[in-house]
Amino acid sequence: MNPVNYLYLAALLFTVGATGVLIRRNAIVVFMCVELMLNACNLAFVVFSRMHGNLDGQIIAFFTMVVAAAEVVVGLAIIVSLFRTRHSASVDDASLMKL
Amino acid sequence: MDNLIALLIAAPLLGAAVLLVGGRRLDAVGHWIGTLLSATSFVLGLILFAGLLGKDAEHRTLTQHLWTWISVGNFQADVTFRLDQLSMTFVLLITGVGSLIHLYSVGYMEHDERRRRFFGYLNLFLAAMLLLVLADNYLLLYVGWEGVGLASYLLIGFWQHKPSAATAAKKAFLVNRVGDMGLSIAIMLMFTTFGSFAFGPVLSHTGDTSEGRLTAIGLMLLLAACGKSAQVPLQSWLGDAMEGPTPVSALIHAATMVTAGVYLIVRSGAIFNAAPDAQLAVTVVGAVTLLFGAIVGCAKDDIKKALAGSTMSQIGYMVLAAGLGPIGYVFAIMHLVTHGFFKAGLFLGAGSVMHGMNDEVDMRKYGGLRKYMPVTFVTFGLGYLAIIGFPFLSGFYSKDAIIEAAFAKGGTQGWILGGVALLGAAITAFYMTRVMLMTFFGEERWRNQPTRSPEAPGAEPAAAYHGEAASGHAAAATGEPHPHESPKIMTIPMIVLAVGSVFGGFFFHLGDRFLNWLEPVTGHSEGDSPISAATVTGATLVCLVVGVAIAWAQYGRKPVPAVAPRGSLLTRAARRDLLQDDFNHVVLVRGGEHLTRSLVYVDHTLVDGVVNGTAAGFGGLSGRLRRVQNGFARSYAVSMFGGAALLVAATLLMRAV
Repeated sequence: MNPVNYLYLAALLFTVGATGVLIRRNAIVVFMCVELMLNACNLAFVVFSRMHGNLDGQIIAFFTMVVAAAEVVVGLAIIVSLFRTRHSASVDDASLMKL
Repeated sequence: MDNLIALLIAAPLLGAAVLLVGGRRLDAVGHWIGTLLSATSFVLGLILFAGLLGKDAEHRTLTQHLWTWISVGNFQADVTFRLDQLSMTFVLLITGVGSLIHLYSVGYMEHDERRRRFFGYLNLFLAAMLLLVLADNYLLLYVGWEGVGLASYLLIGFWQHKPSAATAAKKAFLVNRVGDMGLSIAIMLMFTTFGSFAFGPVLSHTGDTSEGRLTAIGLMLLLAACGKSAQVPLQSWLGDAMEGPTPVSALIHAATMVTAGVYLIVRSGAIFNAAPDAQLAVTVVGAVTLLFGAIVGCAKDDIKKALAGSTMSQIGYMVLAAGLGPIGYVFAIMHLVTHGFFKAGLFLGAGSVMHGMNDEVDMRKYGGLRKYMPVTFVTFGLGYLAIIGFPFLSGFYSKDAIIEAAFAKGGTQGWILGGVALLGAAITAFYMTRVMLMTFFGEERWRNQPTRSPEAPGAEPAAAYHGEAASGHAAAATGEPHPHESPKIMTIPMIVLAVGSVFGGFFFHLGDRFLNWLEPVTGHSEGDSPISAATVTGATLVCLVVGVAIAWAQYGRKPVPAVAPRGSLLTRAARRDLLQDDFNHVVLVRGGEHLTRSLVYVDHTLVDGVVNGTAAGFGGLSGRLRRVQNGFARSYAVSMFGGAALLVAATLLMRAV
């Protein structure tokens, strides 16, 4: 199968994720969309790794996963504390630095 | 013997330092210290003079190098003094007349509590003037020049509690500053032209320099001379300078200050000789001032201001003579010396009159004083005869020589300048006779007429505790004045000066002594006069008689009205100093105001406009940009994506190109 098709898939996933980040208000959903974008990138890296025949892309994909995992931990913690203080998970409600 | 030159200056400078730093503990002896050091300087001058006389005429130049003041590249300024016949003449005049004025001031300022300070300033004045005439280069001369300006400022404004005196001092200083500017530009031009400003290189290389350059230097030097010597157009400070104590007026008018301009022109004779246009300008300035001062002197009722007009006119004679070139240099200096004697005598006499008249200066409130002040009358009278050029008195020789030299200029110029000088002689005779008659002859107009009464309504409050001269007569200033002769310490200097006024000219003239003495420095040529010397002398005497006769007809035969009549248009203009202040006000003050206003307008609209506009532009832009930062995370996300997309697009575009 032509690896370029995977790249089209990655682009599609990235676009879906980006659109979600831009238009959704719920912080959890925005967060999931960010994950979608990250994974779209991972897919692209892996495809390039396959196309070029070396492991660089795969290694970067692993790095991305590790960073994404850490990011999830921090991001979810922020979302939880945001929800606790504002009783809402909408990103638009958090438009001010102060309460 | 060369080493004595620096001591000449050091003595009065030391006096100034001691008196001004010494403080109140010197109050009791300060005036004697000042007088003694001034006299020391005079004695040193006499020793040096004797030394010079012992040498050949060609070797009468002494120099003393003290130290190198500034040395940068080829810019070399030395503190070097030069004593030749010209400086020697000035040294003797400055220290001699200066010491007499010191002595007189001891009596005149007796009741002034700031007498010590006064003597400190007098010594400073002498030191600065000596530095001016002894300097061997123009930069050092400039130091003395500025020192003279400073000392005159301090002394004219000595009674600083009087607003008029404070203003007069500022006026003198500011007007002088215009002249100083001329001197500094002249020095810069000299440096770029000759690569030096020492007298030697500058004055010996005038032959191989372009005439345009020399004319520029000459005109700038003339501007400087105009400022210091109160020549038109920078004459306005002299009349107001009468606000100072009378000995100061005598010092400024006779020995120091106003003579500096004449010295500068004569000293720079080589430059002027090589620049005929500048020389012509000098003669024109001299001739105009000669008439200007004489006309002003005719209209003033204030005895000191009448004498001030006379000084302006006499200095005009000297500048005129100096502008004639080698024909006139010697006579300019000769008139300067004789004028130093009789003008100092006249001013000291005027001070003595004021001393006895409760510090009244209005001659219309004098009259018949000859009976009450015999010594003042005689000395003033001799000074009067000398200044109008009465035969065989000193003014006769020196002024006559200048008038002859003016005719000897030749051509139309000679006739015009000679005519002006003759006319000036007639006017001089008129106004001096007027002063004499109004002061010492006629009715006693001061009777039943309290002068300067502090209790009188409208009297200036300053007069009550510190009037002119502050000479202790303030208490007696109520009621009729009681004219009396001044104490000996004041009359002795007057007598000495009167003797000088009588015999000075004859002494100088005898065997052309003065001419032979100065000729090696200034050079001399006879010129070709269209009329004989005897004719000139005759014409001068006719002018003299006419002037005296008119004055007699107006002020001697008829009683002098106690209140000045309205007078003709010219008289009224002359009372206002021929509108000099009005002219300055309209042209300089108004002009300056308009210039400032337009500059302020430009500053407000253009400069401030650019600055404020830039600030407002950035302010408005940031106001708009600020709206982008709205706090919505999704809006930031759009910016980020947009930016990233732009970057990618730009990268792709660049690669495609």
